[in-house]
Amino acid sequence: MKTSPFRIFFNTGAWAVLAFLLLPLLVVIPISLTDTSYIGLPKEHLSLQHYENYFSSAEWLGATWTSIWIGVAVAIAATVLGTAFSIGCWLISSRASTIARWVLIVPILVPPVVQSLGFYRFWVKLDLIDTYFGVILAHTLLALPYVSISVFTALANLDRRITQAARSLGASVWQTVISVIIPAIRPGMLTGGIFAFIVSFDEIVGVLFLTVRTVNTLPKQIWEGIQESIDPTIAAVATFLVVLSLIATAAVSLRKKTA
Amino acid sequence: MPRLNDQIRYWMLVLPALAIMVIFYILPVLGIWEISFTEPATGFGNYVKMTESNAVKTSFILTFRVAAITTVGCLLLGYIVAYAISNFVSRLTPLMMALVLLPFWVSVLIRSFSWIILLGRSGLVNDTLRDIGLVTSPLRLMHNELGVLIAMIHVMLPFAVLPMLANMRGISRSYTDAARGLGASEWTAFRSVYFPQTLPGVFSGALLVFVLSLGFFVTPALLGGGRVLMISEYITYQIQEFLAWGLGSALSVALLVATALVLLIAARFVNLKSALLERN
Repeated sequence: MKTSPFRIFFNTGAWAVLAFLLLPLLVVIPISLTDTSYIGLPKEHLSLQHYENYFSSAEWLGATWTSIWIGVAVAIAATVLGTAFSIGCWLISSRASTIARWVLIVPILVPPVVQSLGFYRFWVKLDLIDTYFGVILAHTLLALPYVSISVFTALANLDRRITQAARSLGASVWQTVISVIIPAIRPGMLTGGIFAFIVSFDEIVGVLFLTVRTVNTLPKQIWEGIQESIDPTIAAVATFLVVLSLIATAAVSLRKKTA
Repeated sequence: MPRLNDQIRYWMLVLPALAIMVIFYILPVLGIWEISFTEPATGFGNYVKMTESNAVKTSFILTFRVAAITTVGCLLLGYIVAYAISNFVSRLTPLMMALVLLPFWVSVLIRSFSWIILLGRSGLVNDTLRDIGLVTSPLRLMHNELGVLIAMIHVMLPFAVLPMLANMRGISRSYTDAARGLGASEWTAFRSVYFPQTLPGVFSGALLVFVLSLGFFVTPALLGGGRVLMISEYITYQIQEFLAWGLGSALSVALLVATALVLLIAARFVNLKSALLERN
């Protein structure tokens, strides 16, 4: 390949932009190791005190655990509902089912504050405020668009003649769905489930509106930490999350490479 | 006869998710319209108040300005990345792709927190500038529009890159090669042959970033420090500080209508179905 000013511009430009994407994520790492009690770079030596603080805090650990299990519940609920939905729409494939698919992605487009306001009023009526079920229900609704999109993408690559063959060989609708369609779209379901977990695990605006004291999730704990006092414990938590994301990204790109 | 039965069975798969979405999501959001006309008094009071308020006008203008600048920033930066990934094949291409996707795994909250660490009065940027003697008093990088914009562009950038990338992957090299073979310079071939083909991707990216930015709450609230009141924060402010549910709802309706209008206008330039329904 020849180099030209044009290529040099795009190549260096791209790396500069990628550095802009990555580097701010990494600043939480040195901050989390600071020996000071405020947000700042380590002064004299590295210290693990903020990690100790995290692991000895019932509040932080409780919030983490709550976020994990709510996220798992949301992932399961959204994957089951969203997969059934997408398979149904795919089998119907009419104008009506396309409209149904549009209805299901509405939560992507409605601003978070607006939908949370709607949730709040309705959840008050249903007595769901500050309950785990209330949060799981809200998060499932927010996760459904992502599940339905990724499952539908998997279905779009599935040959319709395969299901027709199953039907003409005598399989019922349920048998076709369970033994033919689901095994074929498993990767899409997995992607959807992971998305659903992440949507729930990171969600903050809804939780701020729908919970008071009983339910405390990790994003809420971080949010309150930032509002009240910027305590380096947040940086320790953020470091965990950033390192986990690095590992997840590496795993995904390695899997793509071998696939 | 069995065909009809099948249709019913198919709809039974669709129905649970659809019913939950309509009952627990669509209806509550529509309920906001009702609140805006009934609280504190029946009528158009909230809307009159909204249109007469200068603070509301300022907030809407600010919201559209921030969303527009964020969109332009994301498109410029994102285009360069998408172009390099899809046109320069190298060993490092998968790494570039991974770096684009990485931010999706990190919550907006953490990303905003990182920018607070960087841009604060005694943040890393100010400290570094002072240590090397470039400034004597800290620069105001945060709690203003600049800080919000920097962090918003950072958060939204992947949403701009991915649609452009999907589009560029489908563009055949042969057009640009033909233009080059006929004597066009690299730049001319890019400008008149390649770039026009990428416009659908650019428009999808722009739409996605603009719509998401209009309603964004977390980043402006944290980086703006109460001084950059975008409409979402303005709504929570009305409700939490003044318990003004009626006005808050009217503002929400206005924001929803604004979002819908943007989508309607965009539908003329963008294939909404492929931009939203079929994106990966």
